Amino acid sequence: MTFEQLLQYVASGLTNGSIYALTALGFTLIYNATDIINFAQGEFVMLGGLSAVSLHEAGAPLPVAFAGAVLTVTVVGILFELLAIRPLLRSGVLTQIIVTVGASLAFRTGALMIWGRDARPLPSFSGETPVRLLGATFNRQTIWVFGLTLVIVVALQLFYRRTLTGKAVRACSINPMAARLMGVSYSRVVLLSFAVSAAISAAGGVMITPASFMSYASGSLIGLKGFAAAILGGLGNPLGAVIGGLLLGIIEALSVGLLPGGSSGYKDGVAFLILVLVLFARPQGLMGGRIVDKA
Amino acid sequence: MVAFLRRHVAFLAFAVVMMGLPFFTSNTYYLSVLAFTATRLMTSLGLNLLMGQAGQISLGHAAFVGMGAYGSAILTTRFGMNPWLAMVVAAVVAAVVAGIIGIPTTKLKGHYLAMATLGFGEIVLILLIQVKSITKGTDGITGIPSLAIGNLVFTQYNPRAMHLLLWGVALLMLRMSLNLADSRVGRALKGLHRAEVAATSLGVDATFHKVQAFMISAVFASIAGSFTAHYVQYISPGSFTLTFSVLLVTGVVIGGLGSIWGAVWGTLVMMILPEYLKQYEDATNLVFGILVIVIMIFLPGGLVSLGSALGKLRTRVGGRDRRAADTSDPGSLEGNARRPGGAA
Repeated sequence: MTFEQLLQYVASGLTNGSIYALTALGFTLIYNATDIINFAQGEFVMLGGLSAVSLHEAGAPLPVAFAGAVLTVTVVGILFELLAIRPLLRSGVLTQIIVTVGASLAFRTGALMIWGRDARPLPSFSGETPVRLLGATFNRQTIWVFGLTLVIVVALQLFYRRTLTGKAVRACSINPMAARLMGVSYSRVVLLSFAVSAAISAAGGVMITPASFMSYASGSLIGLKGFAAAILGGLGNPLGAVIGGLLLGIIEALSVGLLPGGSSGYKDGVAFLILVLVLFARPQGLMGGRIVDKA
Repeated sequence: MVAFLRRHVAFLAFAVVMMGLPFFTSNTYYLSVLAFTATRLMTSLGLNLLMGQAGQISLGHAAFVGMGAYGSAILTTRFGMNPWLAMVVAAVVAAVVAGIIGIPTTKLKGHYLAMATLGFGEIVLILLIQVKSITKGTDGITGIPSLAIGNLVFTQYNPRAMHLLLWGVALLMLRMSLNLADSRVGRALKGLHRAEVAATSLGVDATFHKVQAFMISAVFASIAGSFTAHYVQYISPGSFTLTFSVLLVTGVVIGGLGSIWGAVWGTLVMMILPEYLKQYEDATNLVFGILVIVIMIFLPGGLVSLGSALGKLRTRVGGRDRRAADTSDPGSLEGNARRPGGAA
């Protein structure tokens, strides 16, 4: 493999990896607020992509379709929290898993009924002409995806570190009881976490659609890989989620390049292999997550 | 004694009805739905043992059904093995895999366990698709021979015999599940489920029992897969996806987690309801998804608890004893680590 080829694989890995990173971040926000793993996270990505496709087909310019899709999915996330999660915040883990799994089935089937089976495209954000850099050719969308992901990550970091609301959310994830005693409304923190989590996942969905299309069934796989990324980085650690996502994307892309015959069929297996291995060997992940209930 | 009798009556009545059905209808379509219901019930019973009794979860159980189906298909079509023997070999393989996977997996809890089993299921699915030289990839395997005893061949064209065979096995598994729940092993699993530390301190080997439950449920699933393969005579990886795993869990949950009869009713609902929703084919899974959420919120004990839930409601409305209505919620299996306001 030449250096240019390596660069190309890394670039394509970063495109998918950015989406995994955003999805992993979405998992992390909800997990930190509620201790719930939202098995429907990937469906937010899918709903984001497909909503943007519909809005764009209805004549909305891309930026408007982008914003509209993110807004739509944010509302979906809020409704999901209010209707399905709130009554179960104090239920057992198994109940919570089953409810989010049931929700993902409902979202996926709902999307199938609205958008049908076919994968839908969206035009690239700024044309199809590739960019040449360091001897390798890059897709323009790659730059958009990676750049916007960085912007979102930095903005979230500022929000959680610098604003009072953000600090309240972090306080809740450290010790909800103490946070409540200080006057933080726990239910609002949970609602906000679902809203932000749905929004960033939807943004990921809109960004990836021009590069790899979107169908009703695409969400689950992205969601699962996002989770694998979150576990790889250390569940509950936002920075870990981002690094885990990018790393997973790059490993996946390189596995296509390095595996004999360049078979891409096994590509999807890489994430699950990493997921299972990390869970067995080092459940706290690379960056160290929150306490893992393992023993 | 009364409870013992009542359980026997319930089982016997159910067995008589199910075994008698083919003598009241000769509609091959109904009988084929019932045949698939029997194989689904086999898987549900195993999964119920794992989830309801042992408090574990598996989002990868489609993999074990797939192992049974592919094990039977490959051994019979490629190596000409006797179908019954192939079924046993496939089940043993599934048990061994469940044992190997189970030891590290069952140490995980809650979300981590769900994700690890899900990852396992996806890896198996990818292997079924990709190892084309053995599995024929997405084309699937055709020409799987039928099961036979002497001259009696069990095929779709002989639906009564097929029905009796499949339901005979399913009822046998139901009987085994009922017995198991009432045995030392069943009590150990329930103990681990309700209070793992207490059970362990009383000498229950947590890992051993969880892995055992995982292996038994894998065997049930594998046998169900083998029967399906011989019944349909064609299999492809599309039948063993995550959605199938989720639907398996859904069946157990809808009926009533922790109740064996719940698994039975849940399976019947899951298999028969879609027949009524046929005209809205795609909507079936939407209905199931929403049904699961609604049941978890309003009826955590599932359909089997409908009677007692209504009774409670009546008590509550009557206002006779509010406290009596506030019994523990069977859905909250393991407490969420951090319950906001839980200290109150």
